[in-house]
Amino acid sequence: MAVKDAGQAASSQSRGARGRASRSAAAVADRPPEQAELVQLLTPEGERVKHPDYPLDITAAEVKGLYRDLVIVRRIDFEAIALQRQGELGIWASLLGQEAAQVGSGRALGPRDMAFPTYREHGVAWCRGLDPMKLLELFRGVSHGGWDPTEHNFHLYTIVIGSQTLHATGYAMGIQRDGAVGEDGEAVIVYFGDGATSQGDVNEAFIYASVNNAPVVFFCQNNQWAISEPLERQSRVPLYQRASGFGFPGVRVDGNDVFACLAVTRKAMQAAREGQGPTLIEAYTYRMGAHTTTDDPTRYRLSAELEAWKLKDPIERVKQYLIRTEQVEMSFFDEVDAEAAEVGGQVRAACQTMPDPLPESMFDDVYTSRTAQNAAERAEFDAYLDSFVGEEAAR
Amino acid sequence: MADVITYREAVSEGIAREMRRDPSVVCLGEDIGAAGGVFKTTAGLFAEFGPDRIKDTPISEQAIVGMAMGAAMTGVRPVAEIMFSDFLACCWDYLANEIPKMRYMTGGQVKVPLVVRTANGGGLGFGAQHSQSVENWALAVPGLKVVAPATPADVIGLLAAAIRSDDPVLFFEHKGLFASKGETAPDGHLVPLGQAAVARAGSDVTIVALASTVPLALAAADELAEGGVAAEVVDLRCLVPLDMATVLASVGKTSRLLIVEENPYQGGWGGTVASVVADEGFELLDAPIRRVAAECVPLPFADVLEDQVIPTTAKVVAALRSLLAY
Ligand SMILES: Cc1ncc(C[n+]2csc(CCOP(=O)(O)OP(=O)(O)O)c2C)c(N)n1
Ligand SMILES: [Mg+2]
Repeated sequence: MAVKDAGQAASSQSRGARGRASRSAAAVADRPPEQAELVQLLTPEGERVKHPDYPLDITAAEVKGLYRDLVIVRRIDFEAIALQRQGELGIWASLLGQEAAQVGSGRALGPRDMAFPTYREHGVAWCRGLDPMKLLELFRGVSHGGWDPTEHNFHLYTIVIGSQTLHATGYAMGIQRDGAVGEDGEAVIVYFGDGATSQGDVNEAFIYASVNNAPVVFFCQNNQWAISEPLERQSRVPLYQRASGFGFPGVRVDGNDVFACLAVTRKAMQAAREGQGPTLIEAYTYRMGAHTTTDDPTRYRLSAELEAWKLKDPIERVKQYLIRTEQVEMSFFDEVDAEAAEVGGQVRAACQTMPDPLPESMFDDVYTSRTAQNAAERAEFDAYLDSFVGEEAAR
Repeated sequence: MADVITYREAVSEGIAREMRRDPSVVCLGEDIGAAGGVFKTTAGLFAEFGPDRIKDTPISEQAIVGMAMGAAMTGVRPVAEIMFSDFLACCWDYLANEIPKMRYMTGGQVKVPLVVRTANGGGLGFGAQHSQSVENWALAVPGLKVVAPATPADVIGLLAAAIRSDDPVLFFEHKGLFASKGETAPDGHLVPLGQAAVARAGSDVTIVALASTVPLALAAADELAEGGVAAEVVDLRCLVPLDMATVLASVGKTSRLLIVEENPYQGGWGGTVASVVADEGFELLDAPIRRVAAECVPLPFADVLEDQVIPTTAKVVAALRSLLAY
């Protein structure tokens, strides 16, 4: 099966890439087409490789910053899974394995850019400056949606698969209308999964973005699975190749390589800001954990696959790079771990003390102003609650 | 097979019985294969019937339902799963414009014998987009049959009738009932569509309920029985066809009617039941018809709020008391 082969080829890609740093560009041409297209700037072993289209000048401070982001978001995720196991959260969708895709793309955004996430983009949320507590409020079920999207230009988590691609495209066309296009223009990034690419919405968003040249970057994290369904249920061609049929560029990036995700997203966002229209980025990665805490992946996938992907861990390679290039003291890693533990501790403590919302608040914000019916329902509900207060007093 | 099964197990059992009986029955949906469905309602089917009859589809509700229609036109009996009933909105064109109109527009020449099964309802803290009770959406479309069982045996019996029906059927499985247990159904069990059940007999007041509100009504009836009140509980089982004869017969005995529904009051199915009783049974009544329905707000994630948005036993008891005191 063609697709299966492509997947296997891509997963053996690290071996090819290892030799690439020391070899010439001719080696690139030797690889099968899918691999030749995969942008990688940092190998799983932490070796820096160059790519003609994506030069990345990055300072030691920036690399340390990315490493810190990666470790902290993994820690938040780890803490949230534990909180769910202990009954403190209703559910959690883990980002384990996708940290580089999220941090790399998240750090490529400017403050005025707008991001539309799925339900798994905790790493992007972190980069946008959203308080992790806001995420937990949602998964603990003490808020309706979570946060004000305009505060950090980070839209609400969207759990109806694919819809956000159209919201993002409409938002991008709004930016266009406002004339915020040009060198210091604004752009939109929208996140979605490999499974979502089968939805009509996503394909319709591609068409609208394309014919309107909208400033939107489609960032697909291909984590190989949509709950229990592997990629070959969704597509017979590599996902990034779909873009060409819609008339805009598509690029596949090593989603476990934070440098490559940063460089590729930066370039695509800048192109969008400058009026060059949309790009599809396929971040080739792996969902290391369950779909959500209610899922049991052993029912449908082999653990060997997970073991293979562990060798391509997105954090370990940055650590190896920092060590190899002697950019940090070893104590740096301990400091980051300590900071991550502290953030984790804060998340845990705050989660356990979150207040439940007031019952009557369920009638708020249904409409701009209260309708007569809403007011009547609320009054009836208040009277109903009061009847219990009376009962209690009588006992 | 054990004598007692869960509502969840009854779903796969009901499908399996029909699939063994009729090779033209096929299932399609997201994660229904090796994973056995995200609610485990198709557990075991993939192992028994294989990938040709239990098909994992790409994620597209439009494709699932739209293609089920095409397949049904060839004589296949598709049983399509839409994971959450909220996502019926993602394929509503096919359910509202195409599927229910086929027979009519072809003068009865084309039939689309398909079933769309879906997990409906709230109470599990899944929030505004994964918790709605949307059986009333379907009620607004002539041409669809609408089924919503309350017990494991009814799941099996109604699935048999739905799958054998030559009309398209929307089959609502309630998420809050999946873990509930009940007697299983004997072999060959079939519950005809459009026959309500009297779940508890009584003479003082009638409670009309559906799916999740049946156990609520029964609990409320138990509570009132302690005070000597005998409530009759009618489980509608189906909204289309709607068995008003059973409702009217019950109101004829009790003269009082309370309707308990999980969909919002505004546009809820209880409005239809109430209007028929007002039209055809006005003289039977000794008190105004009352409805306990969900508040007209989106479903909150917060348990403390969600518990209050949808009907509770306490609300049903309170409504019954006021009705009896009228
Ligand atoms: C419209 C719709 N259909 C089905 C679902 C149920 N569902 C939730 S997540 C998911 C899989 C999504 O896979 P993918 O797009 O690859 O994202 P991932 O979860 O892997 O990040 C499905 C089918 C949904 N939320 N919305
Ligand atoms: Mg996926």
